[in-house]
Order: sequence, then structure tokens, then C-alpha cells
Amino acid sequence: MAARRCLGLWFFLITLCVVSTGADVLHTTPVTGTESSAAGTETVVARELPEAPSDPGEHTAAEPTREGEQNDRTRGGEQTLGQPTREEEQEQEKTREGEQTPAQPTREEEEEEEEQEQTRGEEEFTREEEEEELTREEEELTTEEEELTREEEEQTREEEELTTEEEELTTEEEELTREEEEQTREEEEEQQTTAQQEEQTKRWEATELEEEHVHDAAVPPLAGDPPAADPPSPPPSKDDFQEELVIRPLHSGDIYASFQFRTVWDADFMGDQKVSHYRLFPKSLGQVITKFSVRELHISFTQGYWRTMQWGQPYLPSPPGAELWVWFQDTVTDVDGTWKELTNVLSGIFCASLNFIDSTNTVQPSASFKPLGIGNVTDHSFLRYATLPREIVCTENLTPWKKLLPCGSKAGLSVLLKSEKLFHSTFHSQAVHVRPVCQDPQCRTTSMELRQTLNVVFDLHTSGQGKREWSLFKMFSRTLTEACPLASSSKVYVDVTDNPQGEQFELSPATPLLTQAVVLGDRRTYSVYDLTQQASFGSSRSLNMLLRWKNSHNNVVPPVMLRPLLHSERYVAGYGLQAGEIHTLIYNHHPYRAFPVLLLSAVPWYLRLYIHTLTVSSKGKDNRPSYIHYQPSKDRERPHLLEMLLQLPPNSVTEVTVEFERALLKWTEYTPDPNHGFYVGSSVISALVPSVVAMDTNSTLDRPLFSSFFPCKEEASYFMRVYTEPLLVNLPTPDFSMPYNVICLTCTVVAVGYGSLYNLLTRTFQVDEPSPGLAKRIANVIRRFRGVPLL
Amino acid sequence: MGLLSDPNRRRALIGMLTRLNAPICMICYMAGVAWFMGLAFEPFTLRTYMSENAMGSTMVEERFPAGERALATGREFAAHKKKTGGMPVDWLVRTMQARGLEVYTQRFSRKLPFPDEDKERYMVKGTNVYGILRAPRAPRTEALVLSAPCSPGNENNQAVGILLGLAQYFRSQIYWAKDIIFLVNEHDLIGMQAWLEGYHHTNTTGMDWSPLQGRGGSIQAALSLELSSDVVTSLDLVLEGLNGQLPNLDLANLFYAFCQKIGVLCTTQGKLPRNDWDTTSGYSHAVQTMMLMVLKQASSRPWGDHGLFLRYHIEAASIKGVNSFRPYKTDATTVGRLLEGMYRKLNNLLERLHQSYFFYLMPSLTRFVSIGYYMPAFGLLALILLLRALDLWVQLSSPPTRTTEDGVEVVPASPGVLSILTPLVISHLTGVALYTLPVLSQELAVEHFPVSETEAVVLTAIAIYTGGTRSHDTHRLLAGEGTEQGWKVLKLVAVLYLAVLLGCTALINFSLGFILALTLVPLAAFITPHVPKTLSAVVMVILSPGLTLLFAVFFFQELQETPVTLQEGWMLYLSVISQGILDHALYGSLLYPLAALLVYPCWLLFWNILFWK
Repeated sequence: MAARRCLGLWFFLITLCVVSTGADVLHTTPVTGTESSAAGTETVVARELPEAPSDPGEHTAAEPTREGEQNDRTRGGEQTLGQPTREEEQEQEKTREGEQTPAQPTREEEEEEEEQEQTRGEEEFTREEEEEELTREEEELTTEEEELTREEEEQTREEEELTTEEEELTTEEEELTREEEEQTREEEEEQQTTAQQEEQTKRWEATELEEEHVHDAAVPPLAGDPPAADPPSPPPSKDDFQEELVIRPLHSGDIYASFQFRTVWDADFMGDQKVSHYRLFPKSLGQVITKFSVRELHISFTQGYWRTMQWGQPYLPSPPGAELWVWFQDTVTDVDGTWKELTNVLSGIFCASLNFIDSTNTVQPSASFKPLGIGNVTDHSFLRYATLPREIVCTENLTPWKKLLPCGSKAGLSVLLKSEKLFHSTFHSQAVHVRPVCQDPQCRTTSMELRQTLNVVFDLHTSGQGKREWSLFKMFSRTLTEACPLASSSKVYVDVTDNPQGEQFELSPATPLLTQAVVLGDRRTYSVYDLTQQASFGSSRSLNMLLRWKNSHNNVVPPVMLRPLLHSERYVAGYGLQAGEIHTLIYNHHPYRAFPVLLLSAVPWYLRLYIHTLTVSSKGKDNRPSYIHYQPSKDRERPHLLEMLLQLPPNSVTEVTVEFERALLKWTEYTPDPNHGFYVGSSVISALVPSVVAMDTNSTLDRPLFSSFFPCKEEASYFMRVYTEPLLVNLPTPDFSMPYNVICLTCTVVAVGYGSLYNLLTRTFQVDEPSPGLAKRIANVIRRFRGVPLL
Repeated sequence: MGLLSDPNRRRALIGMLTRLNAPICMICYMAGVAWFMGLAFEPFTLRTYMSENAMGSTMVEERFPAGERALATGREFAAHKKKTGGMPVDWLVRTMQARGLEVYTQRFSRKLPFPDEDKERYMVKGTNVYGILRAPRAPRTEALVLSAPCSPGNENNQAVGILLGLAQYFRSQIYWAKDIIFLVNEHDLIGMQAWLEGYHHTNTTGMDWSPLQGRGGSIQAALSLELSSDVVTSLDLVLEGLNGQLPNLDLANLFYAFCQKIGVLCTTQGKLPRNDWDTTSGYSHAVQTMMLMVLKQASSRPWGDHGLFLRYHIEAASIKGVNSFRPYKTDATTVGRLLEGMYRKLNNLLERLHQSYFFYLMPSLTRFVSIGYYMPAFGLLALILLLRALDLWVQLSSPPTRTTEDGVEVVPASPGVLSILTPLVISHLTGVALYTLPVLSQELAVEHFPVSETEAVVLTAIAIYTGGTRSHDTHRLLAGEGTEQGWKVLKLVAVLYLAVLLGCTALINFSLGFILALTLVPLAAFITPHVPKTLSAVVMVILSPGLTLLFAVFFFQELQETPVTLQEGWMLYLSVISQGILDHALYGSLLYPLAALLVYPCWLLFWNILFWK
């Protein structure tokens, strides 16, 4: 197993890194080395923890994605949102092989030192003080319960959290490896909020600890936990459900809400025993997975295009329309047949036109889509990828999606998912990801993870009426009143990175809980509302967060365009209905680092690509792709598939152009609205992007010098997928509106014009002797007998 | 078909055709002209109707409220324009951004082949500013364009104001399914050309432009707004685009439908639709409207900023605000509401506009003549050429039979290839000279004559044009004396050449083809070496393409009710020639090369026949 994984890993390494420039190889390889060692150490530490194995829901520590994320990208509450990357997989593979070099100082340790260094000044002094203070406050509270105000309620909640935290503080450093959140600095800052409270503490959330005792069924709930958060008694095969909502105010004034619902079930779908008792995991999906031997399934429905230039990067990218990619188990013999059936079944489950996926729009990417869960598959013959750029997403897709949730739309965060508001937005994307994950650090058994995500962006001008003020009610026309009773964790995060001291906007009700995470290469800070805590809802028993911008001239200041490190655009050049050119522009806005990207484009057969006209140029110079996988199309059978590994020079635009010719379709092949045009699905750009955190070499201000000489490797780059716009191409279209006229005219022209001309040209004219009459002929016969000359 | 297969009957038919050739030709010509004039007669035409289902049945509700604010924005724009002395790029970028658009700019520069004296420009440098309203939940595959030019002086400020006002209003609506691009283009058509070339990443005219950063997918329709007063009395719809292309008739229908709904006076060619078709004045009004359209279309130049879109298969029209002395005025809010309604309807489109006609003439905004009705008029004229060709063919093939009857073996002197080829080649070389030399030799001309570059180009063109008529006996250069057979063969070639040329032209641009046919066909029909030389030469010169253009200029001015004196007309004629050459160089208009390389040489062939010896 390990050997195969290793093989896969190195195959991947070769495709991604080694083929790129020499410098990059030099750069990349040590990174993985260090990271693997770091991950290894983590695993070792994790094993020592007594709770680790008994915590399957949240802490599948050796699960590859988790591990990868641990290393770098998403530290903190956002870890579930990060995309695992190939690099991570590599790291994880290495970890399993035990290649770690323990002598090297690990990332965690460095960071630990850093953090300690950073906060030592405060921490050492404040911690004790705080504890004292808190106990004092506690006493006060117990004595003066009637004076409890809303802020004090918050305080109590904090206290509860603090007590749990205190309990766990001793083990905290060891446990850091188990979750990225734990890696985040845990520091307590003194915060002055109101006049009533002289000093209220604003703390960094120790998420993992809470979550641990909240939703781990094996461990009895701690005293501070509200009873509502208790999950029902655990079934024999453990399953676990978490829900979370991230709210990010965007640069443009719009607001981005991202829901994630995660169900993990320790059931082996591929095992000998049939899985038949479903609890949290949706049965419809489970049966599909079993029947079609699906290893991984990723399906997304998106209405709208993510505006990278205005909104930055999404947590989970998806192309407009529907996208489906599936890894099948290697036991499947007839992959194409299974794929066909699967798409039809999914079409029924999600009320979508997925049954239009056939061989003409299905491709097998060789490098762009790797399994996201555990798995050692490298044979891409078990992978199928298809997009339907024309698919319209609406309520009929949302309803079946909501039905997959344990709580439906009855309780928890999903009460917010009301279609009348969700579709009054600028961007809407819903997705379902199913993948196998590790159950324990040793990865002896696997669990199935179902992750349902829904991303929505509300527009400042249409929904917000131009006023920069957002609340849950304004966005969803609902407020939160309870967590889903089946959920082990239910949280709302609000991105307050740009608002550290509350100077930009005001968040009410205020929450003292903060968490940090490195999301998409950037270190972000989040305010956390834990819905499993009754205190989050305040006295009104409902949570309606309100983000109010302070300076009113925010509306006047036009939002500036962002310069995301990587973005792309695509368009069709040329005019006329015969030929054209597809241009793909890939921007690298990094000031000094080059990085490789994988470009995948699948083009339908009716655009006949001339691959000899393929040019790739950056900064006016030819840029040779180091890897090209091209599969030519077959008419009416399969599309073109072009995959390229490109190195993007720093601060450059790379332009990929290829010419095509428009095919003339058979008249039955036109759609009912042929003049609308034909869609070409989005290109996919998969990249390892140098992170913003790593770019920040001047951050020595808040970091000790000794910790910051070498760029921190784990955060050096992060995985990102960018989808380009789909294209709408007009094909030469006959005038279907007058077939009768056309037929008449054509027949007339053929009959009269061609017929007569042909007649005149081919016929030879001779003067014809009139044929003799019957009597004459008889007379001639008689004459011939008589030997007399004929008449 | 028995008619043709049967030698006897065929002979009889041909005999009749050759015998009655001249009268048939006369009848055809008159029938063609009469048919054409009949097109403007209302009972013969169809009433316009909306063909596109997506735009027809559902009326939208227009709510644009902010006309006054839009005008204020326009005044602000004017102030900034005056301050910067050109396009106020920064101000526009800021204003558009504040309205929530994605704003991009495009720089372009173009050196004209020779100075444009009408618009006083030679080295053109400018910037286009455009803002994209991204439609919610749409994947950037389709877009609509609303453009307003940033004109020098005090023109079109209100257009930009309304554009920005609409942008602000549109931005707060949720119902958009297509991106809407708000474009303010500098240097009118040159800026538009640069933007369109940048958008489609083509370069047909050698212009320098910086690549566009933001796009909205394939553009479905575009409107260009020209408005120079706060209130308007009527709105004029301009349809004629580059090379005589027209947008789909449904766009005109849409405009008319909303003008009716909102109650705005609307015109085409500046002429209101009238109901009194049965009176002479009503009929002449329709004829004038149609003739204006025919002349504009024949000119092959874009008559508004929309004209360049048509090449890219984007349906586009210009809407011009007219402020005359009529009492009833329309304010900016109403104009905004009209545009809002049109854009909402265009937004509803599921397919490109394709249901209605692309080839039509409009005797008024409510009436149209489709290609099926106007083509016979041209067909009748083209038939004359075919009949003449048949006649010549019969004449050329008949002499041998006559000689055999005499019993004398006289081999008819078959015309040498050279005597046919020489005039063909020389006349075409003259055409090439007419096409290339004016622009190439402008420096030389400026050095030696006291003229400006523009005058040099135009006068060179006229000089070559008239100089070309000296090459009237080219057939004798190589082949010596011309024969009777020789001119007949040459005329046969020339007539067929003209037929093919006019036929192709009329298919692409009916008006141009028809006007050329109107003048060249009689000339082609009657010219032989045996007609009176002087008189015929005068007629030929009068009917030559160059003078046709001169008459067209006078006629156009007459139709537009702005008659000019002879002197002014001549100056206008010179500027029209220079504009024609510039249109070709800047936007790729095909009239100049067509006239210089094909029509003029063809006319020279007939000139040669007249002077055949």
C-alpha cells in the first residue's frame, strides 16, 4: 500500500514539479521534505494523545486533507474549508512512510516559539490575572444573579469557555497537532468594551477543545455545556454531523456567506457487509455510492460567475453551471457504463439535467483532478469529469440538496436557506462532496465524509439598497434560534480580519471569541458564534448578527479592483461564422515568484481546434509548456481535451491561444434555440500559489527575528483552482424559420435550373425518322419474306 | 424545357429575343424603375411587426426616475470635459465605479492616412472608458452595450449623463440576465472601432489599441445614444451601418413599440411616419424617406457609432435626440424610460435577434419592404444585361452560318486575344492606380502644388479618374486595328462582367447595386462604336460612377431639405471623396475599393468600346 502510494506520489511530483524549471524543483523539493517531517512529528505527537482515537468525528488526524492543512494553509476554524492539495498529499504520503527527520525543528515548534515570543509579554502576566479576575467575576455573578445583563451573559459564556480552556491548557501544546485551530495562537487579550465592565476579555478561541468535549460522544460532556448540544446516544457505527457558516464582508461592499455541512460516518461502503442502517448520512447518496462503487464524488451547481477581481478567492471554487467529477473504485470494470448510469441517477436525485452528460462532454483529465480523500489512485481511467455550463440552478435543485441534511431545513443553520433570498443574490453555488477520509491517525479504517456546501454572495446594490449594513435577517430573511440538535458542532464565523479593533464596522451582538486561520494563503481572523451555547442567542433567543459600517462615506468611496495573485479570463476572438480563436489569459500578479499552473480545457467537438496553432506566450516571449496532454476530439463522440503545465513568470500575463473552425452540424443536432449559441465549458486552472503570508517578508515587527529568517515553508504556497468563464459560440445556423420556403426554392432551382442544364449538356440531338405505321410494318415483313425491296 | 430542347422552338425564341431586344430592354428598365418607385407606395408594403417572441408579448414596466439627476451628471461631465480638454477619463472611471460598475479603460492611437479636414484630426490618440454591470447569477456569456460618444465641444453631454444615470438605476435591479456594458468612446467611430477590435481581438485596420481587461461574453445587441439637448422633440433611429449592413428589423420594431408606448415622437431619416399615403404629398414623403435610406445605405459608411457593431454580427442602432422647434418636448426621464424598456426587452432575449428581416428598406418607421419585394426591381435591370449578352452571343455565333450560305469560305477574323485582354488589363491597372496612388502620392503632390494633404489626395484621385478616360483605344496598343468581332467580344465580356459585379453588389448592399445599375445598365446596353461619338461620350461621362456620386450628393442634400449651391456642392463632393477613402482606411468600408478596382474599370471597358476603331 505504502509503496503504491509512494509511486503515485512521485508520479504526481514529476508531473507537477519536476517538469517545471530547475529552480522550481530546487525550491519545491526541500519544502516537501521539511513539511513531511513536520507532519510526521505531528502524527507522533497525536498518537500520544489519549483522546485522539476516541474522537473520530472531528479529529481524523491522519486524514490526508487534515494533515496537509495542518501543515500550512488553514489553521484555525477554517480548516474544513481549505482545499487539500497535491503537495499535501505528497506530504501525507511521506508521513505514512515514516520519512520524517525528527532532528529537524518542526513547524509547530517554531510557531509555538513564535507565538510564545509574541504573546509572552502579555500572556505570562495576563493569564494569572485573568483567572483571578474571572473567579472574582464568577463569584460576583453567583451572588448577584438578578443583575445579569446581556453582556454579563456573554461573560458567563466566556467564563465557561475559559474554564474548559484552563482545564485543557496543559495538554494544549501537545494537542496542537491535532487541529489547525489549536495551532493558532491562544492568547487572551484584555478588551475594554463597555463602561460597565472595566475589562472584558476577548480571547482567541480554543476551538478544538470545545468541539472535542461538545461533540465527542465517547467523552462525557463537560459541566459548562448546555444540554441542548448533547447528541443523542451514539449508534454502533459512529456518525457525526457539523454545520458552520462563514460570513465574509467583501471588498466591493457585497457579503459572502458560505455554509458547510459535514457528515462523517465510520461505515465502510465498499466492505463485505451491506450498509443498510442509515442515521445521519443520507440514504439516497449512500446507496448510490455502494451501487456504483464510487470512491469520490464531487458535484456542484453554480448560478453566476465568481468575480475574483472584486471578491477575492472563494473558499470553494466552482464553474458556472453544473460540474461533476467522480473517481470510481478500481473494481469497476465498465467505467463508462457506470458513469452513464450514475449521471442518470444523480440527475434524478438533484433534479438537474445531469443526464445530458454523455461521451461528448466527458473527459478524463490526466493531472488536474486528483482524489481529495485518501486514496492511492493514479490511474485516471477511473476518473470522469464533465461540466454542463448551460445548467440553470434554481429552487428545484436546492430542495433535494436540503433534503440530504440531517435536520433538513427545520433547524440549525439550514433554516436560513430560503430560496426566495438565496436566489435574490449575485452568486449562488451549492455542492456535494463525498470522499473517504481516515478514521484515526494510523488510517487503519476509513470513514465516508459527505460535505455539503452552499456559497452565496449578496449584492450591495440590489439586496443592500446601496447601504452597507448587513444582518442575517437582511440576507436570509430569517434569524438563527437554535443549532441543529443532531449537530455536534454548529458555528457561525464572521471574518473580521480587516476590522481588528472595530474601526471598519461594528459587529453586534459582539462575541468575544476569536479564531485565526490561514485561508487561501492569507491569515484571517474570525469572530465565532457557537450555536450550541445558549448564550450565543442572548436574551432575545434569536441570533441576528448585524454588521454596520461605521464611516458613512464608505458608499462614496468606490471599491478598487483587487489584484488577486492568480486570475484568468477567456474569450473568443475574431468574427464571422467560420473560424475563431480561443484566448485564455492567466495573470500572475505575484511581484517576484513564478509558479506552475495546470490548465485544463475541454472543448466540444463542434469547435475543431487546430492544435498546431496553439501558442503560449508570457511577456511577449514564447512560453513552452513543460507538459502537454492532448486528446483530439472525435466527431459526435468525444470532446477535445487539452491539459498543459505552464510556468507563470512573476508579474505577468500568460496568453494561451488556439484557433478553431466551427463545424456545420447536422440539422437534427441543433438545439431548439440554435441562435443562442453553443456553450464551451470553463477551463480549469489548478495551481500552487505562493501565499500572501509567505510574501510578507517584512513581518519581523511582530515576530522574533530568529523565527523569520527562512521563509516559512508550510505557508509557502497553497492550492487553488480557478475557473474561467464559459464561452458562448455561435455556429453557422441555417434559417430554421422557413424550411418550407427553403425546400420549395431549393427544389425549384434543382429541378428547373440544374435539370434543364444537365439535360441540354448531356443529350445528343438527332433528327428522328418518324416510325412507320403498323400496317407498313406488317407489309414490310411480308415483303421481306417475298424478297421484294422494303417499302 | 421542351422549349430549349427543341431546336426549332429554341431558334424561334432566340430569334424573337434578338429581334425584340431593344424594346424588351426598354420595357425592363422602365419596369425596374417603376417597381422601385412603387416600393414606397403604402398598399404595396408591409406594416412592421415584432417577430421575436421573447420581446413581443410581455410588456415591461419602466420606472427610471432620475432624468434630472442624469442631466446634472451630464453637466458635470461637460465641466470636466472642458477642464481636461478631452475625455475626462479619471472622472468617468470614478463616477462609474461609484455606481458599482467594473470599470476599465482602453487606450488607442491611430495615424490617419491623411488629415481629416472635416473633423480636423490626423494623429488620433484617445481613451475609451467602459463599465460593466455584471448581471447577477449570470456566467458572463452574454452582454448588451449602451454607448455614448464623448464628442468635442458641447455635444452629447446629455447622452453621457443619461448613460450614467441609467447605469446607476440598472445597477440596483436584480433582473438582469446579460451583462450590460456602458461605453463612453472618444473620437466617435475611431474609438468605437478600437474598442470593438479590442473586444474581439482582431485587427483589420492596423490600429494601435491596448488590450481590454474585462469582457462580458458575446454581445447580443447594442444601442448608441446621441443627445445634445436637455429636452428633445423627437428621437431619430439610425440603422445604416458599415457596408450597407442593417440590424435586424426587430430592433427597429422594438424602438418603435416603445416610442408608441411611452408617447415619444420617433422618426427615421428625420421623417415622421405619415398616414396620408393616398395623397401625392404622402407618397412623395415616403419616397423621400426611402430614397434617403437608399442613399445612406449605398454610401457604405456607418451613419452612427452603431455601424461598426454590425460586422461582428451584433444588432445595433443609433438613437439620436432631435430638438427642433416643435412645441411638444420630451424630457430626459422619458428618454431614460424608453431606453430602460428597450434594454429590459433585449435582456429577455433567449437567442440573438434573428427572427425578423436583415434586408429591408423602410419608407417610414412603420412600414418596410423586404428583400423579396425589392429584389425584382434590381432583377429587371440586371435582366437587360443578360438580354444584351444573349444578343451579342447570337450575333457572334451567327456570321459563320451566313458565310456558308454564300458558298464562299470566309473564315471570320476571330478577334485576337490581345485585343480583348489589353483593354481589360489596362483599365484594371488604371483602377489599381486610382486605388493606390492618391494616398501614396500625397507628399509628392503637397511638395509641388499649393494644396493641403487632403486636397492632394482628392485631387489626385480625380486626376487619375479623368486621366483614365484617355486610355480609350488601348486595344490598338498590341493588336493593331480592332475588328467588328473584336468589340463585340469585348462588349460581351464587359456586359457579363457588369452583370456579375452588380449582382454580387446588390446581394450585399442592394442600394449600392441598384444605384449603380440605374446608371451603368443603360450605358452598357446602348454603347457600340457606331453610335454618335460626341453625344455618347457626354452621356457616358454623365453616367460614370464619379458623376453619379456628385449627383447623389446634390440629391441627398435636396432630400434632407438642406439644398446647397453648386460651389458648396462641389466642396461637399470633394469632402465626400476624402471621407470615402478614409472610411476605407479606418473602418474597412468597401465602397472605395469596389468603385476603384471594379466599377471604374468596367466603365472604362465601355469607354473603350465607344472609341473602338
